[in-house]
Amino acid sequence: MSSWPILSLVIFLPLVGAVWILAVCRDDETGANNARHAALWTSLITFVVSLALWVKFDPKNAGFQFEEHLDWVPAYGISYHLGVDGISMFFVLLSTFLTPLCVLASWTAIQKRVREYMVAFLVLETLMVGMFCALDFVVFYLFFEGVLIPMFLIIGVWGGKDRVYAAFKFFLYTLAGSVLMLLAIIAIYWQVGSTDVVEAMNFKKLSFEWQFWLWLAFFASFAVKVPMWPVHTWLPDAHVQAPTAGSVILAGVLLKMGAYGFLRFSLPIMPLASEYFAPLVFGLSCIAVVYTSLVALVQEDMKKLIAYSSVAHMGFVTIGIFVVNMQGVQGAIFQMLSHGVVSAALFLCVGVVYDRLHTREIADYGGLASTMPKYALVFMVFTMASVGLPGLSGFVGEILVLVGAFKANTWVATIAATGLILGAAYALWLYRKVVFGTITRDAVRAMPDMSMREIAVFAPLILITIWMGIYPSSFLDVMDASVGKLVADYQAALKAAKATAMLGR
Amino acid sequence: MTTGLDNWTLAAPEIFLAAAAMIVLMVGAFRGEKGADLVSWLCVASLGVAIFLVLRLEHGAAFHDLFLVDAFTKAMKVLSLVAAGIAIVMSRSFFLRAGMWRFEFPVLVLLATLGMLIMISSNDLMTLYLGLEMQSLALYVTAAFQRDDQRSTEAGVKYFVLGSVASGMMLYGSSLVYGFAGTTSFPSLAAGFLAGQASTGAVIGLVFVLAGLVFKVSAVPFHMWTPDVYEGAPTPVTALFAAAPKIAALSLIVSVVMGPFRPLLLQWQQILIAVAVLSTIWGAVAALRQENIKRLMAYSSIGHMGYVLLGLAAATEEGVRSVVVYMIIYLAMNVGTFACILSMRRKGVMVERIGDLAGLSTRQPGMAFALLLFMFSMAGIPPLAGFFGKLNVFLAAINAGLYIPAAIAVLASVVGAYYYVRIVKVMYFDDPAPAFDRPVERDMAVIMLAAALFVFPVFPVFQTPFLNGAQTAAKTFFSGK
Repeated sequence: MSSWPILSLVIFLPLVGAVWILAVCRDDETGANNARHAALWTSLITFVVSLALWVKFDPKNAGFQFEEHLDWVPAYGISYHLGVDGISMFFVLLSTFLTPLCVLASWTAIQKRVREYMVAFLVLETLMVGMFCALDFVVFYLFFEGVLIPMFLIIGVWGGKDRVYAAFKFFLYTLAGSVLMLLAIIAIYWQVGSTDVVEAMNFKKLSFEWQFWLWLAFFASFAVKVPMWPVHTWLPDAHVQAPTAGSVILAGVLLKMGAYGFLRFSLPIMPLASEYFAPLVFGLSCIAVVYTSLVALVQEDMKKLIAYSSVAHMGFVTIGIFVVNMQGVQGAIFQMLSHGVVSAALFLCVGVVYDRLHTREIADYGGLASTMPKYALVFMVFTMASVGLPGLSGFVGEILVLVGAFKANTWVATIAATGLILGAAYALWLYRKVVFGTITRDAVRAMPDMSMREIAVFAPLILITIWMGIYPSSFLDVMDASVGKLVADYQAALKAAKATAMLGR
Repeated sequence: MTTGLDNWTLAAPEIFLAAAAMIVLMVGAFRGEKGADLVSWLCVASLGVAIFLVLRLEHGAAFHDLFLVDAFTKAMKVLSLVAAGIAIVMSRSFFLRAGMWRFEFPVLVLLATLGMLIMISSNDLMTLYLGLEMQSLALYVTAAFQRDDQRSTEAGVKYFVLGSVASGMMLYGSSLVYGFAGTTSFPSLAAGFLAGQASTGAVIGLVFVLAGLVFKVSAVPFHMWTPDVYEGAPTPVTALFAAAPKIAALSLIVSVVMGPFRPLLLQWQQILIAVAVLSTIWGAVAALRQENIKRLMAYSSIGHMGYVLLGLAAATEEGVRSVVVYMIIYLAMNVGTFACILSMRRKGVMVERIGDLAGLSTRQPGMAFALLLFMFSMAGIPPLAGFFGKLNVFLAAINAGLYIPAAIAVLASVVGAYYYVRIVKVMYFDDPAPAFDRPVERDMAVIMLAAALFVFPVFPVFQTPFLNGAQTAAKTFFSGK
């Protein structure tokens, strides 16, 4: 245990940077440039500090590490309680890893109100990291909902043509789900007597009726965030209208919040209801995998296609989570991390050509392989990773989820596996349309290849994709103990419930 | 045998305010038009002294149980006094520009505040009515204060007529209660009802009394006057209406239902739940299409009253606590928002359409950001203060088993979030409209800054003292009874 409050440091460093930018940078050209540099350095330092988490993390410890505990509002037993375990640690890293890349990707793309843009991103980073570290329901909810404010502004101020509609849809969908979760959190507080997540996990006395309603309330919030079919419709709109970096954060981190919520709250606190509702989740996930893949096939907008592919990939994640065995859950977490990197990279790839031609229509491109060979290579790596080519990150998560699903339910696994084929179809189709073929437009012929700054953005992403694909153990080993505990506790709870039911008879 | 005057010091703030109002009135009368500034500062100072006096009060009852001082009434009195003081400060520049800066206005506010204090402390249906009428009469006049403006006069008349109907209902209810229970004193009523003498007539009386009170807090179904009066009245008066009288009337509802009518819980709880849920829904839905920001604030206040009443409907210690906490936060958000509305001026003329805020974020980023904080806070988005107000209310409601009403209310809050966020959209996403007059006046800027800091980060981070204060206030209804 280190005496440094390292989690608080990671959470609030970006906020310090944001305040600094607001206080120091002026609202002109130099000020904008200073703001860019300040944001980049802040997020890089935050990332380096967050690496200390991984270094000092004890993979054998299944419980929470780096815990911080401060009384905040004793009147309702709310405390400022932070901690990470093997499940949440990588999400913290994912957030701190993607933020500097977002700043870098927006370097020239964002020209208006640069100062406010950078502030919004740093605030967003604070909220995301805080959400993954929070071990108190109210603190969690603060961060979880607080994300809406900067994201709403990012989409609405710096977004595309229909940004207002997309921003409102994003905001209201998410809020509607979340307020029901707030009621559930309050109900748990009155049952458990504290808003502490760890205490709620160890409570284990919630009756099935309570779990039933609480699970539904949490589901309302997380299903919108994931997003699961049929409440996914905000996602394509938000993705298409958001600026590139906004899409990166949306796909990379915000979508993970919902699935993380299932892992952190639904499974451990409401195991009986989770088991009861698992078929529902499977059904919705299978529809998501097949249906949204088909929808992705007919998209004409690059961002929209990737957005629908996100829904399909997250369908795998929810299947993996609710089969609740080692392979399934580990696969789901791995798939989330991989998707966080790969879909973020794909959106960045779209951003690269969008910055040059200012269109996202697939038909406007074609033949980039001859004019932008570096770009073609980068785009190929991530397309393959998204398809699930062995040796790249996407494969590991998908195969683990499928293995887990086969153990639990063959039908679900079979349907999900067809999603892989469809996934390959739309991703390869997109790649062929954009990169191969003959160049028909002069504007496309004149496009310059990637700049050094853009290569600097993609290099770490490529490295990590290959690393995750070739040596997944360095990630899986860390989450092993925590996932093991999650699964064991879940099975124990089911067994205990069955035993009481037998006794009752 | 007491004379009833033994504890007269318990009414020291009220006596002081009454005397101060008379003296200040004289000052104004002799100094004439030029005395307005002096009078307004004297009024604010008197309110400050009154706060000091309230804080020093001991607990107890005076004047043969007509008048009560306890932790709850003290908290609510301080809140109303603060609200009234800020309202006077905010009114100066507006009336100066309108050529209506007269000494009568601050004095009227002072007299209304006196009425509020009496309302809050009332321990008898008679005191209640006296305080209420004193407050209302002064407020009717302030609504029509801009007497050469047709809308203002109309607002005054509307407020007066409808307010009189409500007062009449309440008086009728009080007489029914008296007729069937044989007393108007709160403690005797409580004792009587506890002993099981709740006749149908008394229950009908209760309904009438509640209806009158619900009118005063402008909750559905007695909210109709609110949008018109808010829109028509001069903006500083609207700012006053939105805060101080609401606090006083709410505290009255709390002391009536938790005091004399506590044993009739089953009867009034349903009423309050219905009123609360309807208010949250109507406050959200009806505001969606408003273009005038003052009207919008009227519906917003209807919605907020719904949440507060939902907390009260829980009828528990948490419930009363949530009322106090919510009113503290509501006061800060409202004062801040009205400071922004009062700064919406072009070439010296007030504008009040929402569209006038377009692109404010590029022209006046500070004010736009403050208004953004208030709007997100009113929508109940964490980590702003407004979220904690709602959290308190729902904590109480869920604990009392009001699951369905709570679920309806949170969903209504999502609908409501739309119109709050729409203002943010207008300020941040739309193309800039012509700028407002700059700079923002110092008074307004200070109020905006203070309110914004309170909304975030002061309240969210350091809320424990406020909660403890509210807890102490709430305990008065639950100790030893």
